[in-house]
Amino acid sequence: MGEKVLMKGNEAVAASAVRAGCRYYFGYPITPQTEVAAYMSKIMPKIGGTFLQAESEIAAINMLYGAGAAGARAMTSSSSPGISLKGEGISYMAGADLPGVILNVERGGPGLGSIQPSQQDYWQATRAMGHGDSRHIVYAPNTVQEMADLVYLAFDKADEYLMPVVLLADGLLGQMMEPVELPPEKTEFPEKPWATTGHHNKRPHNVANSLYLQADKLEAKLRERYARYEQIEKTEQRSEAFMVDDADIVVVAFGASARIARSAVVSARAQGIKAGLLRPITLWPFPNDSLEATVPQAKAYLSVEMNMGQMVDDVRLAVHDAHPVRFYGRTGGVIPAPGEVLDAIAKLAQEVGA
Amino acid sequence: MADKEPRIVFQRPKSLLPVQMHYCPGCPHGIVHRLIGEAIDKMGIEGTTVGVAPVGCAVMAYDYFACDMIEAAHGRAPAVATAVKRVHPENIVFSYQGDGDLASIGMAETVHAATRGENITVIFYNNAIYGMTGGQMAPTSLPHQVTQTSPYGRDVHTAGYPIRVCELLKDLDGVAYLERVTVDTPSHVRKAKRAIQKAFTYQQEKRGYTLIEIVGTCSTNWGMTPLESMDWMRENMLPYYPLGVYKDIVAEGYENIHEAAKDRAKNVPIVMQEAN
Ligand SMILES: Cc1ncc(C[n+]2csc(CCOP(=O)(O)OP(=O)(O)O)c2C)c(N)n1
Ligand code: SF4
Ligand SMILES: [Mg+2]
Repeated sequence: MGEKVLMKGNEAVAASAVRAGCRYYFGYPITPQTEVAAYMSKIMPKIGGTFLQAESEIAAINMLYGAGAAGARAMTSSSSPGISLKGEGISYMAGADLPGVILNVERGGPGLGSIQPSQQDYWQATRAMGHGDSRHIVYAPNTVQEMADLVYLAFDKADEYLMPVVLLADGLLGQMMEPVELPPEKTEFPEKPWATTGHHNKRPHNVANSLYLQADKLEAKLRERYARYEQIEKTEQRSEAFMVDDADIVVVAFGASARIARSAVVSARAQGIKAGLLRPITLWPFPNDSLEATVPQAKAYLSVEMNMGQMVDDVRLAVHDAHPVRFYGRTGGVIPAPGEVLDAIAKLAQEVGA
Repeated sequence: MADKEPRIVFQRPKSLLPVQMHYCPGCPHGIVHRLIGEAIDKMGIEGTTVGVAPVGCAVMAYDYFACDMIEAAHGRAPAVATAVKRVHPENIVFSYQGDGDLASIGMAETVHAATRGENITVIFYNNAIYGMTGGQMAPTSLPHQVTQTSPYGRDVHTAGYPIRVCELLKDLDGVAYLERVTVDTPSHVRKAKRAIQKAFTYQQEKRGYTLIEIVGTCSTNWGMTPLESMDWMRENMLPYYPLGVYKDIVAEGYENIHEAAKDRAKNVPIVMQEAN
């Protein structure tokens, strides 16, 4: 067992990424995630890695594309407005089947929005980070420990499935300090025979590319990729259940809002309301299986989010609208108080007679 | 008398794959590809070269070069090439870009890769038009040049002036070598070939960022025959985009960009301070 150290979420992500073998970091400053770049700029020169402050998020994500093509473990991080700019490169990475890790420490939007924590990029992260049919694994940590663990995992999954993997955090998780045990330094990495490393006259040339001039060839490629996505949907769902087994009211919340929802659930139980929390850890693939499993017992669902209601549709789909699915949230960078969430739980319990 | 063994005097460079290119007849893109291939062959670097193709008429260059290739998003080739070079600094990394790709959508990536002194080579094909999309105005289209989106001729009062890329980049400290060439005559072709080879050599010697601009044509979208387009280029493009070496730090007596940059700022204390 390693020792626990007190770290900010943003620093834990960076430290853990390095332990996962990340040796290339490309980024452009934006609040509230600049600690990641600060950490990387300190450590990379000391371990033979590269920290590069790019001229823009667009350049940074295209550097990630290049580093991924060249076979390296690399990452970029940003916050909401910067992630919008990364959409281009993420789409090209998906189209060229290239691995890479992207951290979004969300802030309020749309536009310049606010610099306070939000979860307003749920749709962007799970539906369309860029144009075209594509999917990306999306992890939603809710502790500093999970920031470290999930970024570590993200590098493996990106290499395993040859796709960009997204860590969707928020300003709260990025900035807060908690004890964390960092994962061990990785020493073994998968072979990448497809990488553009120079063929050294030993093989035909490798090409990283997303262009298919013939529509039927592109369709075939997409079908092949979607078979991989289907596999991921079967095997990569992650979630955490808290007091869900006998719950009438299942609260669904991820990331920072799950921390608040959890204390609201505890208070609800103290009032005699049988509430529970189902926390998606992967936002894509959405934990449909564990949500579906609650349908026989549950009477209603409450999706708690720091936005205007984005995940709530996924909850409805997961439970096939078998019971009422309601939403409670604050947005724009406002963090809901546990009392507000408790009130929403109590109101819903009354409505469905729980 | 020596017997008459057949002797190969001309053949496809080994580093160009035996596939049919899609360029229009008479398009100089093919000549430039060949010159890159000859340079790679001559230097024996096919196995350690990685090329980055643009979005533009040369988009399919990844199918033509036998070295490892990457297709970049429109204008982003310098960013992609930057990372590829950082991951494998011993490889020779080049991008191949048109004027729209390099000087419009990718201008930020171009300028910043240059000023960072990325040890890469940019092959810049300037035909003063967006060839692939059917002939729209480019950042290098000349004043009064008629294109699909400047049907009355480029009006400098509304569309502004063309960008002279070599002139723009030459003051950046990261740049080691800039030359503007063309490929309209055998002697120009030989000169262009030497320039490309020199750029690759500088990269091998880790001197800094290198860019070769090739003033080219687009007979298809200029609405001319290939020969007419060469005449038009000589008459209009070459006086606007004069051929020649715009920067060569080795000729200036420096080892690399860092020596040159330091000399230029030798009165600035913080610049002369030892790195910590
Ligand atoms: C983001 C994006 N914007 C626009 C396009 C459409 N597009 C394709 S090629 C091109 C212009 C290419 O012109 P240039 O770089 O001069 O190359 P040429 O074809 O003349 O060699 C454009 C605008 C695109 N593919 N991607
Ligand atoms: S459109 Fe113009 S630049 Fe493109 S291949 Fe044809 S002649 Fe060459
Ligand atoms: Mg052009």
